[in-house]
Amino acid sequence: MTSTTTPSSRKDERVAEISATGKILRRPEVGAVLGALVVWVFFAVIAPENWIGLGGFARIIDSSSTLGIMAIAVALLMIGGEFDLSAGVMTGTAGLIAGLLSTQVGLNFWVAALIALVFALVVGYINGLMVVKTGLPSFIVTLATFFILRGANVGVTKLLTDQVRVAGIDKVAGFASARAFFNTEIAIFGEKFWTSFIWWIIIAIIGAWILQRTHWGNWIFATGGDSKSARNVGVPSVKVKIALFMTTAGAAWLVGIMNDVRLRSAVASQGIGQEFVYIIAAVIGGCLLTGGYGSVMGAAIGALIFGMARVGIVFAGWPTDWFYSFLGVMLLVAVLVNNYTRKRAEAMTTAMVKAKVESGELAKEEGEA
Amino acid sequence: MSAKPILEVKNVSKLFGSVIALSNVSAQVYPGEVTCLLGDNGAGKSTLIKILSGVHQPTEGEFYFEGEPVVFNSPREALERGIATVYQDLSLIPLMPIWRNFFLGLEPTKGRGPFKRFDAAFAKKTVREEMAKMGIDIRDPNQAVGTMSGGERQSIAIARAVYFGAKVLILDEPTAALGVKQAGVVLKYVVQAKTRGLGVIFITHNPHHAYAVGDRFIVLKRGKTLGIWRKDEIEREELIRAMSGADELEALSHELNELARRKDIEQQAAA
Repeated sequence: MTSTTTPSSRKDERVAEISATGKILRRPEVGAVLGALVVWVFFAVIAPENWIGLGGFARIIDSSSTLGIMAIAVALLMIGGEFDLSAGVMTGTAGLIAGLLSTQVGLNFWVAALIALVFALVVGYINGLMVVKTGLPSFIVTLATFFILRGANVGVTKLLTDQVRVAGIDKVAGFASARAFFNTEIAIFGEKFWTSFIWWIIIAIIGAWILQRTHWGNWIFATGGDSKSARNVGVPSVKVKIALFMTTAGAAWLVGIMNDVRLRSAVASQGIGQEFVYIIAAVIGGCLLTGGYGSVMGAAIGALIFGMARVGIVFAGWPTDWFYSFLGVMLLVAVLVNNYTRKRAEAMTTAMVKAKVESGELAKEEGEA
Repeated sequence: MSAKPILEVKNVSKLFGSVIALSNVSAQVYPGEVTCLLGDNGAGKSTLIKILSGVHQPTEGEFYFEGEPVVFNSPREALERGIATVYQDLSLIPLMPIWRNFFLGLEPTKGRGPFKRFDAAFAKKTVREEMAKMGIDIRDPNQAVGTMSGGERQSIAIARAVYFGAKVLILDEPTAALGVKQAGVVLKYVVQAKTRGLGVIFITHNPHHAYAVGDRFIVLKRGKTLGIWRKDEIEREELIRAMSGADELEALSHELNELARRKDIEQQAAA
């Protein structure tokens, strides 16, 4: 009997057979995918007439796209072990800077947007630098940035316009081309889509590529997993963290400009409260709050769940006053599903090994060898 | 054995302010040998290995690597010359798979420009091969390091150091936190590394582990060299005595006997 099995062909008895489903269930984004399916089916049953079809799809995509872009950047930062609570208000700040510089100072919109980008990146850099140099929790550091920017958004806007909004952005030079580039309406099969969803997809692909396939991704995982050990083996954790804060700020800038060109105006309260939505989307997408684990695609799908909930409530004709309560329930369900699948996936591997040991199968195989 | 030591320190001393952490210590490490560094807490083991690995610079003394005098200003410089240190925390990230951990900080890439990417296939294949060379058949390169046993994690850290060209491997108490069986596994890898021609420095305060794999023993005590022996020059019991300080042990056993005697007398008095 033993002569028929050579050592090389013999399977390692310590490896529990993992089925294809088991392998899929072990991926971090699987909870988000299941959650998205559940939410989709839920509204498909409640409000099928609007929900199913291209029209409903366009609405969902539109509601999720800018959120998705932010969720991706925030997820990368979370995997790197940090938070950015200023990410939401930064979308407003970037939009206001571009809006004010173009309408009040008279700059070309592209130039104004570029200056806003530089400002955003500097703020991201300062956030990152303060976190890595002081060792303070990023929660506190970026909370401070959040309030500073929130105050400045209202203060500066009022000072320059006597209002809390910047109007007439569509009358400045360069607006049309910026709109065409950043966020415009296109018709696909007769249904209106905003092009921000294309950005969302491209950024998701680039983000996933960086995280999974490049050495930078390895460094992000390691920095979030254990930054001291990472530094010991030569990972530039400080640079990685600062780069991630700048990425988040850069994403916020992009979303801010997208809002400018879409709404043709900017309001001082833009983005406030959104920072938690980004974090929640990332968590639904499988990111660990403590860092070192997560997925870009998961975060993008987490944003999709939010988009669906937002649109679904309107389609179902429910009072929108209850939107946030509903969102809270959705979040809880999604996170529980996520948690359950992950535990199942982990249990599947260990339970199988355990069962084999208990049944004496392992000892028998060793005896044969 | 080998004629020339690969690494040698002569009369090194290290002062931290007014504290003499190390005083006039000399040591030689030969390729293809395990040099054990023994001593109680505070004996200066850590200071010595930190000098060898480039973390500290000696206050006095000479440091030769491959026959040349060297000065290392950082662990990275020592690593570049081929002195790798595996610290107790192993510098492994528990949440990451084996193959990602193995190449962390020195990722192999393929492709150019924006398509330059971490060569995962190569990494997974290499991890399997390198671990197989140490006699370990890894189950799945995708397994998270955190799910592995302490001995297995040690072996990954050792295999990583060997793969990246270490000539001298410093192991900082690799068996300290392990059970008997796991410690045995790690000792096996220590011998594996030695038979592959590396000069291994094995720091421990367990003379049994040291005697099992060591070719040469350096015992430190309170910052000074207590003795240097080759394996054929010393018995295990002698090594244990040297390490723990025979006089102190005798004094301790005397004290314990005295305590037991007093207790006996008390009991007799009570009865």
